[in-house]
Formats: sequence, structure tokens, C-alpha cells
Amino acid sequence: MSDVNGYRIVTPDSAPAHPFPDYRSNPLRVPKRPLMILPHTLTEVTGPVYGHENVRPEETDLTRQHGGEPLGERIVVHGRVLDEDGRPVRGSLVEIWQANAAGRYIHQRDQHPAPIDPNFTGAGRAVTDDDGYYRFVTIKPGAYPWRNHHNAWRPAHIHFSMFGPSFMQRLVTQMYFPGDPLFPFDPIFNSVTDEKARNRMISTFDLDATQPEWALAFKFDIVLRGREATPMEEH
Amino acid sequence: MSKTTPSQTVGPFFHFALTDTHEIDDLAGTEALGERIVIEGHVLDGDGEPVPDCMIEVWQANAEGKYDHPEDRQDKAIDLGFRGFGRVATDPEGRFHFRTVKPGSVPGRGNTLQAPHISVQVYARGLLKQLFTRIYLEGEPLNDTDPVLTAIDEAAARMSLIAKNRGDGHYHWDIVLQGANETQFFEA
Repeated sequence: MSDVNGYRIVTPDSAPAHPFPDYRSNPLRVPKRPLMILPHTLTEVTGPVYGHENVRPEETDLTRQHGGEPLGERIVVHGRVLDEDGRPVRGSLVEIWQANAAGRYIHQRDQHPAPIDPNFTGAGRAVTDDDGYYRFVTIKPGAYPWRNHHNAWRPAHIHFSMFGPSFMQRLVTQMYFPGDPLFPFDPIFNSVTDEKARNRMISTFDLDATQPEWALAFKFDIVLRGREATPMEEH
Repeated sequence: MSKTTPSQTVGPFFHFALTDTHEIDDLAGTEALGERIVIEGHVLDGDGEPVPDCMIEVWQANAEGKYDHPEDRQDKAIDLGFRGFGRVATDPEGRFHFRTVKPGSVPGRGNTLQAPHISVQVYARGLLKQLFTRIYLEGEPLNDTDPVLTAIDEAAARMSLIAKNRGDGHYHWDIVLQGANETQFFEA
């Protein structure tokens, strides 16, 4: 027998709605054929766990990637990557990307008429430590308009991409900031229809980790899928 | 038990962080053992239009059918020249390609053997959660008994997972997000 202990299915309350027409780019890009259940095999429970050794420590500080300091509000963003059983996800690559303080991405296709900051790219990488902990220093991103509907503005957010030990744990999400007035109007945020699940994408202000005279801190713990309790029986 | 953090779209502006400098379009490099292959194709939306802002990630076993991962306890050798993981973006015409070696077969559930395959995840603006699928290779004898392929009743859906052999190690495989020739995606 070569049955493996698979990963738990993501429950519907923890997933964005499918399809979700309020997000205008969604309806023509989501499959209509029913998704087929794929029982996990060795292919699914493995994944790229090595090869992150080329991440440099300075990639965690997005304010020190150029000659001068970027404009905007300096912040610390930190937290732990865990699985559903609360186990730390160790040695795992975390990639982030974001707009600058004015709400402008460095990306050449971003045409929002807000200034580019020559001292800010907005991309960072880190590898979690043995407690699953990661920490970035960056600039608080601005809100930006995106033409999804009349007067559409994205709430300030940082994109996060995580790898766990299994390719099936792969997660790309967005971290939001507490109390953003744009939350009720943003279809991407509200594509997660369960309020408790939505709140898991909002960081918390962290006074303990805030550094006096230097930077506010926001805490963002990320939970990836956990293992099935026991290998499933074959039928 | 904690609950999972929900997925959100990768958005239109991921390239500068994920694929401009961290693209991996060659899983094998020069040292890997095995038969070199190229997988190339398009990503198309429900109108048949190319998707120019898509990221594709792949994961596969080496030529012997061994994953470079602690949970692969098969008595097969890890190939230090083989990465197993790839990440590419589509170009403005919705095209992508990556180079690798033909994967070996790996065990399936129970006592089954899986045909050579590549695990695929698709990320794009508009997709709130990534899509999961697999690439199989045309002409592989094990395709006829593969437990995943044989579980797909509809022939068109089954064929959507099989890359066409164009000769000289080139395989063509389109990702059709929606429509008549829609790719079979998985709840994985």
C-alpha cells in the first residue's frame, strides 16, 4: 500500500465564492465544468521545500533596497505561518508585493497617475524560522483606483504568497489593515462571503512589536491547510 | 483547530515580485538525468481570448519517478541536478513554455501506478483562488491505466489533460479556463 496522508479540503466558508461576478475579471476566467475531486497521492503531498537558500536577509526590508529611504509610513509586518493544527510551517518561502505609499505599483502596466517612488520597489521575500515566524519592514501601501465599477478603490493591502511542505498548501492571499473604510465596497475582499473568514485576512495593530520613535507594527498570522487525521481508506 | 486563511487573487501586478526575477522556466538545467522535453501552449479565457497576465507553477518527479521531498520514501535516487519546481508567466499573447525532463511514473493510491504527469497550478487576475490541474504526455503507455485519467468519464475532459506530442521532445498543451474545450480542473 502506498496511500499517503492527504491534506484537508478547504471548507467553502474559508474560500472565495466561485464564480463571483462582482469582480468583473472573474466570470470569463473561472471554469464552468465541475471540479473533479483529486484524492491526494505522493504528487500532492510533496512540493518544493528546498531551494530557498538564495533568499538574502535584506530582502525582508523593503525600505533599504535603494539609495535613499522611501516616502510614507514605515511599518513592521510580522507573524507566523501555521497549519490548521497550529503547527509552525518551518523554512517556508514567504513572498510579498505591494503598492507604494501613494497607491502606485512599480509594475509597468499600472497607469494610476500617482507618483512612483524611486526608493521603493515593493517586493520582498523571507523564509520562516523554526517557529514559522517571518518579519518584514516596509511602507504602508496606499489605496488605489481600479475601474472595476464606478469609483472603485482597493483597500490598502499587501499581497502574500506562501509555500508549505506540500504543493497543495500553496496559498496566495492579501493582507489588509484594520478599520479600512473601503472594506464594504471592495468585491475582492467581499468575495470571501463569511465574515469570520474575511477577518482572517485583516492584520491586527501590534503595540508590543511597535518600535518607539520608529515604526508601527502589524501582526498577520497565516494558516495553511493541515493534514487529514488518518489516511483515507480505499473503497 | 485553526481555520485557513482565505485565498485572494494574485492580481495583475505580480510580475515584478514573482516572475521577472524569480521565474524558473527550466526545471532540469544542464545536469539533470532524463529525456529533455518542452511544454508549450496558451492560456485562453471563456471568449477564447489569450490571458496575458497568468502565472503557471509546476511540480513533478525526476526522470526516475522520485520527488525531492522528505515524504517520498521510495527506494529511488534523488537527482541533484533536477529542481522539480517551475514558475512561468504568460506573454502578451497568452503563451507560456517551460523546459524539463520527462517525469518517471510514481505510485498512486492503493496499489496503482500513475502515468508520468506534472502537477500544475494556475494563477491570474480574475481568479480568486488558484486552479489545480495536471499535464500528461501523449503516447505514454501508462495513460490507459492511470487512476486519475481513467476516473474522468468524458473523453474531451480526459483529453484536456494530455499534452500533444509534436515531436523532437516538444509537447503542446493549452490551458482553457472556460468554454467548449475547457481544461479539467481539480478540487485538490
